[in-house]
Amino acid sequence: MTETLKHTLLFALVGVLILLEGATDALFFSGSWNSALVILNMGLISAIMAIGVNIQWGFAGLFNVGIMGFTALGGLAVVLTATPVIPEAWTAGGFGIVTALVLGALTIAAAVMITKVMPAGKPRALVLTAVLIAGFFVYRAIFDPAVSAIEEINPALQGNIGGLGLPVLLAWPAGGLLAAGAAWLIGKTALGLRSDYLAIATLGIAEIIIAVLKNEDWLSRGVKNVVGLPRPLPYEVDLQNDPSFVEKATGLGLDPVVASTIYVKAGYAVMFTVVLLVLLWMAQMALKSPWGRMMRAIRDNEVAAEAMGKDVTRRHLQIFVLGSAICGLAGAMMTTLDSQLTPGTYNPLRFTFLIWVMVIVGGSGNNFGAVLGGMLIWFFWIKVEPMGLLLIEAITSGMADGSPLKAHLLESASHMRLLTMGLILLLVLRFSPRGLIPEK
Amino acid sequence: MSEPFLIGDTMTGGYGKGPDILHECTIAVNPGEIAVIVGPNGAGKSTAMKAVFGMLNVRSGSVRLDGEDITTLSPQDRVVKGMGFVPQTSNIFTSMTVEENLEMGAFIRTDDFRDTMEQVYDLFPILRDKRNQPAGELSGGQRQQVAVGRALMTKPKVLMLDEPTAGVSPIVMDELFDRIIEVARTGLPILMVEQNAKQALEIADKGYVLVQGRNAYTGTGKELLEDPEVRKSFLGG
Amino acid sequence: MDLLNALVALTNFVIVPGLAYGSQLALGALGVTLIYGILRFSNFAHGDTMAFGAMLTILVTWGFQAMGITFGVLPTALLALPFGILGTIGLMLFTDRTVYRFYRQQKAKPVIFVMVSLGVMFMMNGLVRFIIGPGDQRFADGERFIIKARAFKEMTGLEEGLAIKTTQGITVITAVIVVALLFWFLNKTRTGKSMRAYSDNEDLALLSGINPERVVMYTWMIVAALATIAGVLYGLDKSFKPFTYFQLLLPIFAAAIVGGLGSPLGAIAGGFIIAFSEVTITYAWKKVLAYVLPDHLAPDGLVQLLSTDYKFAVSFAILIVVLLFKPTGLFKGKAV
Repeated sequence: MTETLKHTLLFALVGVLILLEGATDALFFSGSWNSALVILNMGLISAIMAIGVNIQWGFAGLFNVGIMGFTALGGLAVVLTATPVIPEAWTAGGFGIVTALVLGALTIAAAVMITKVMPAGKPRALVLTAVLIAGFFVYRAIFDPAVSAIEEINPALQGNIGGLGLPVLLAWPAGGLLAAGAAWLIGKTALGLRSDYLAIATLGIAEIIIAVLKNEDWLSRGVKNVVGLPRPLPYEVDLQNDPSFVEKATGLGLDPVVASTIYVKAGYAVMFTVVLLVLLWMAQMALKSPWGRMMRAIRDNEVAAEAMGKDVTRRHLQIFVLGSAICGLAGAMMTTLDSQLTPGTYNPLRFTFLIWVMVIVGGSGNNFGAVLGGMLIWFFWIKVEPMGLLLIEAITSGMADGSPLKAHLLESASHMRLLTMGLILLLVLRFSPRGLIPEK
Repeated sequence: MSEPFLIGDTMTGGYGKGPDILHECTIAVNPGEIAVIVGPNGAGKSTAMKAVFGMLNVRSGSVRLDGEDITTLSPQDRVVKGMGFVPQTSNIFTSMTVEENLEMGAFIRTDDFRDTMEQVYDLFPILRDKRNQPAGELSGGQRQQVAVGRALMTKPKVLMLDEPTAGVSPIVMDELFDRIIEVARTGLPILMVEQNAKQALEIADKGYVLVQGRNAYTGTGKELLEDPEVRKSFLGG
Repeated sequence: MDLLNALVALTNFVIVPGLAYGSQLALGALGVTLIYGILRFSNFAHGDTMAFGAMLTILVTWGFQAMGITFGVLPTALLALPFGILGTIGLMLFTDRTVYRFYRQQKAKPVIFVMVSLGVMFMMNGLVRFIIGPGDQRFADGERFIIKARAFKEMTGLEEGLAIKTTQGITVITAVIVVALLFWFLNKTRTGKSMRAYSDNEDLALLSGINPERVVMYTWMIVAALATIAGVLYGLDKSFKPFTYFQLLLPIFAAAIVGGLGSPLGAIAGGFIIAFSEVTITYAWKKVLAYVLPDHLAPDGLVQLLSTDYKFAVSFAILIVVLLFKPTGLFKGKAV
């Protein structure tokens, strides 16, 4: 069997699994086209995230475990770009917040200047501390009243600064930009150190981004969530009230309600597929370009590349920003799909480590592998639960009904997910470390 | 001529699956002797010693210790057989005290090693004074003493030193050579790789000049020092 | 009098909790730093190892409680602790045998080890949730306080009360004992010294006849014990929730790096630095300041530098500063 055939078959397998999900309710399939499309849509988004991580890891060997943070920033971008402007909030505290943020940035810039200009020693440490502390208090003095002013405005629905009221599709590149900015900051500090350090630094920044989203109500409404985000596609209710749509649906022999949900989800699927294909094409071109070859040369032998005059840290920064931007883009797409931002639901196991499983299983260093891994692992992530339940039911079928052990096992079946994902990761790392579609 | 105590006999080999670096190279040493391997840079001096110690893939030839063929043993097993080896770099535990370094040298011994430690301290009195200091804080020459002392703690039957004087001042070098002669007088055979060919050959009972992984000249230290060819090519006239 | 009150308030809200939390972090960071020193990778599964050890201990505690065995005024969990440690040692040795040893023989790069530890983390996390569930578990019993706030007030006549929870006292005492034992082991025993030697210079350790597999085995055993103790102490003091333990990874890593990865002394210092920074920066200083400052200067707000939700940001900021200015940490770790 040729390589190409094998890879085509693997992709076909994912397609068949999703089709089966829609077509039959045997075994762990649900027999709902709606559910099949939900899996497909998130699978596409996961594939995009996997491409972003693969660029960092597969091309350059950078170990980023802050994917969750970049994804969440993409989600924030949707709120900031697409929600309507809230003029009251801006008049109440907009000026204060902007001033405070600018002051904060200036303080940090001043601190950086001081470290660069002054010679190391006690005076520098003192001046630095003084500037930072003074800056912090001034910042808080301006920032706090502005925040409470904003948060007082219509707290049940708003209480935040709102957005720019732009079309939601613009939020996708905006999400990428926001994530790129954060990646640049973190890359500047942690790149060039040991690979473990980048991992720990990104792990930390992700936690902080989530903490900001959860607690800065003026920005993202925190755990109160931002719901009803604008979407690029019509609402199901509107479709159901549209006579021509109802007519078409009944003409096809479909219930209008079902037809409307499927119509919307299929619309998303088309949009996501377009984005995925564009990114995949770009990633492939980048991989084959001289730039991509240089990246891999650096990955394989950093010392030699450095000796040849390549600025390794700078290249790493480039690719780190690029990969994180893709994760931010995917995050914005996901928030658009959900049409709500729920900071409380970001969980590193799901948003960071699962993506890693996708990349490793798919084949690190290969873009097609990343896409395959993203779709396949996402399918299993969703389906491990019903699979686990089937397994546990089979195991416990011999036990007496009402035995506490049986009840506990059945109840715990949903936790099979993490166990299975860990097992898959370990098995692939051990027995097929290059993944399903290895790097060429 | 009877079989030497330790001999690397017509060794050919290289690192891993790489090209051969040694070509039918022979190195031997007897009790009470100091054997020195010298030669130009890249001649395979250290490689020859590493081959004797089992850190190299010897494809033909053999290594024999006290008549026993040890060609296939790992370096660790050779330590157990009685070979003490002092690497050229990172040859001490920098974060541990001098005394702990010596203790670690005696790790494979199950008997009481306090006598040996006293002997080492007698040989290198400065170490006794610094016994509770981290070895990493000592000067270059003192570190080399710790390294040699650590190797002596196993009570080896043969001691191998890879460029013991690398990076130390000439005065310290002379002192180190004095100590090494003292160790040799106890009857312990010493095999040594040296960059400072002249000084090393002066104390050597036997010298090997290697060129490109082959034996170029062999003789007593004195013979080699007096050999006009050797003087011209390697000792700077 | 006001100064005394301020001092008591400070002790009550900053020093005592900081000491307890610092001890917990220090024990956790010791585990991370030992793994780093001997096996040379950052173990992302450490938080979940702590959760696993704590879970086993909780299960045994429940068993003891069901049998009517208690430890008097002290929490029953202390009786169950040895069993938890033994079980965790078993799991660690099993994981090493089945997972890590393969990569050691391959001489895999550290980043591969880190990735493998991610897989182990997933599995352990799943295992813990599978067995005990994702929810909160409280298992502290016995006397709750060493000193109660009201008793302290009556005793001293001060306005401010000082409350010291039994769990806080136990945490600090246990940590001191464990650290003393660990340092005794590392500095005085043959095995401990061989571990330090291996961590210091692997090649030379091999030349000295130190068996790396034995060193690795002892390391896992010690790490399992440390992780279990840290996990149980944290659970007693706060509460046991699997996800919280995963989140502890960040402050623990920060502590280990700030102190210098691979340096046990650094891990302890780092633990307390991180803990006290977190507590002081997220503490509302209004009360203390109100006692110290004259009335007209008394603050209006809470004088809280950062809300407690940002406590991770504190460990992170310290981590970044150390990475920028002293990547080897305060006590000269191994890594750059």
